[in-house]
Amino acid sequence: MGTNSNTLVKLKNAGYQQNDKWLVKGVSLEVEKGKIVTLIGPNGSGKSTTAKIALGIYKKFDGEVEKYTNKIGYVPQKVSIDWTLPLRVRDFMVLTESLKEEAIDEALSLTGVVHLKHKNLGNLSGGEFQRVLLARAISKKPELLVLDEPVQGVDFTGEIALYELIKKISEELNCGILLISHDLHTVMSATDHVVCLNGHVCCSGSPSDVAKNNEYKALFGEKAAQTLSIYEHKHDHVHSHEGEIKKN
Amino acid sequence: MFDDFFIRALVAGIGVAFVTGPLGCFVIWRRLSYFGDTLSHSALLGVTMAYSFEFNIAISVFIISSVIALILIQLQKKTNLPGDALLGLLAHSSLAVGLVVIGFLTFIRFDIMGLLFGDILAVTVNDLIIIWAGGALILLVLKLIWKPLFASTVNYELAEAEGLNPDRAKAIFTILMAAIIAISIKMVGLLLITGMLIIPAAMARNISDNPQKMVLFSIIGGLLSVVIGLFSSLEFNTASGPSIITAALVLFILSLLKIKQSIQLKN
Repeated sequence: MGTNSNTLVKLKNAGYQQNDKWLVKGVSLEVEKGKIVTLIGPNGSGKSTTAKIALGIYKKFDGEVEKYTNKIGYVPQKVSIDWTLPLRVRDFMVLTESLKEEAIDEALSLTGVVHLKHKNLGNLSGGEFQRVLLARAISKKPELLVLDEPVQGVDFTGEIALYELIKKISEELNCGILLISHDLHTVMSATDHVVCLNGHVCCSGSPSDVAKNNEYKALFGEKAAQTLSIYEHKHDHVHSHEGEIKKN
Repeated sequence: MFDDFFIRALVAGIGVAFVTGPLGCFVIWRRLSYFGDTLSHSALLGVTMAYSFEFNIAISVFIISSVIALILIQLQKKTNLPGDALLGLLAHSSLAVGLVVIGFLTFIRFDIMGLLFGDILAVTVNDLIIIWAGGALILLVLKLIWKPLFASTVNYELAEAEGLNPDRAKAIFTILMAAIIAISIKMVGLLLITGMLIIPAAMARNISDNPQKMVLFSIIGGLLSVVIGLFSSLEFNTASGPSIITAALVLFILSLLKIKQSIQLKN
């Protein structure tokens, strides 16, 4: 992995330990402009930790992190907001960067929640809040987006639409995206590179071309998710349009 | 016009209210009520230092409060004691040490009641300058760190990830807390300063749906408390601090009526 001018963030053998226990160890990955890198793995495998190392939230990490941008949009996995603070969606949108009214509206429209602009953040449902979080992250037109389970709590059709949106954003803004998901199946059509974690990097590589095929997804949805999201990513076969399996 | 002690007290109180309004909102949002208490209790030690070394009270209190805040941060890192225990430890020990030191300063006549609860007679033209210049400086700094401080109050990790340096904002805010206590100690007294920070902001929370509104109402509430409190202090010959805080409490109770109303509207 040589560093080039498109690199936004690069982890070299990064790790983090808490109370003498390694949460994640030996992670190397690189996010480039216009590319989507997806981290998958089971609970507790160090996905969020890896993201936090890359973002600089954890400061005492092992290994090296090179960051080439400060324009970052972040959707954390867990956001606990204290409701002693009166906060409308609109106030939340301008939290880290001042935005014009049109920019706020545009971002909220993209994720389908512009009607919630003047609502109190505490009154939103989980899915609505998730859409607001995503809108906030993209509204500042970042160079690097870090999305930690960005569609949790969103209904299934909304989930697909949001992943399409994420793909579109990465193309339009030419920004790099570090995406965390426990479900590769729904994200794989958007992903350029997959890193599979389980305390360390189990394997990494590009999801198979065939996985992008819609018919394939319709026919072998579940099975595809299983074969791709479990840790053996060595594909010894491809699937044709008709759904047949061909050995490599 | 500043010859009259009452005018001086009023001008001083108004200056204080402009600063406690926005700072008080952050005290509530960041759950720092007891932190404010600890700093203001330690202010007594600052006052005795000022008398011992014939130093300006506000500056002396500011220095001691900042030192106590730094000690607190160190203790939080180095010990396993919970935060509230550390706050109590520092608050009461610095208050006790301050009172013990007063016992030794037999050559000075102390108005302890005035120190604890505020004394409008004590406000000098010099104090006015400190309150208004210091207050303006506090507000200016708060405006400069507003974005990182507010963002990290909402969510620390978002602020950190998006490059706002929340740790620096937090450290600066701690110093601003020491500063507001230093400039308002004569008006409100060290036992009641936290009340001036919290009560108008709490009243504002009851009637606000966004942060800007809350800050605005908090300032207005503080100003009203000062004006009403000082006039009644003059009228009933009560200490200025308790009178101001009582006025703030009345405003808070009135704001509860508004909550009750809006709940009824919703039903």
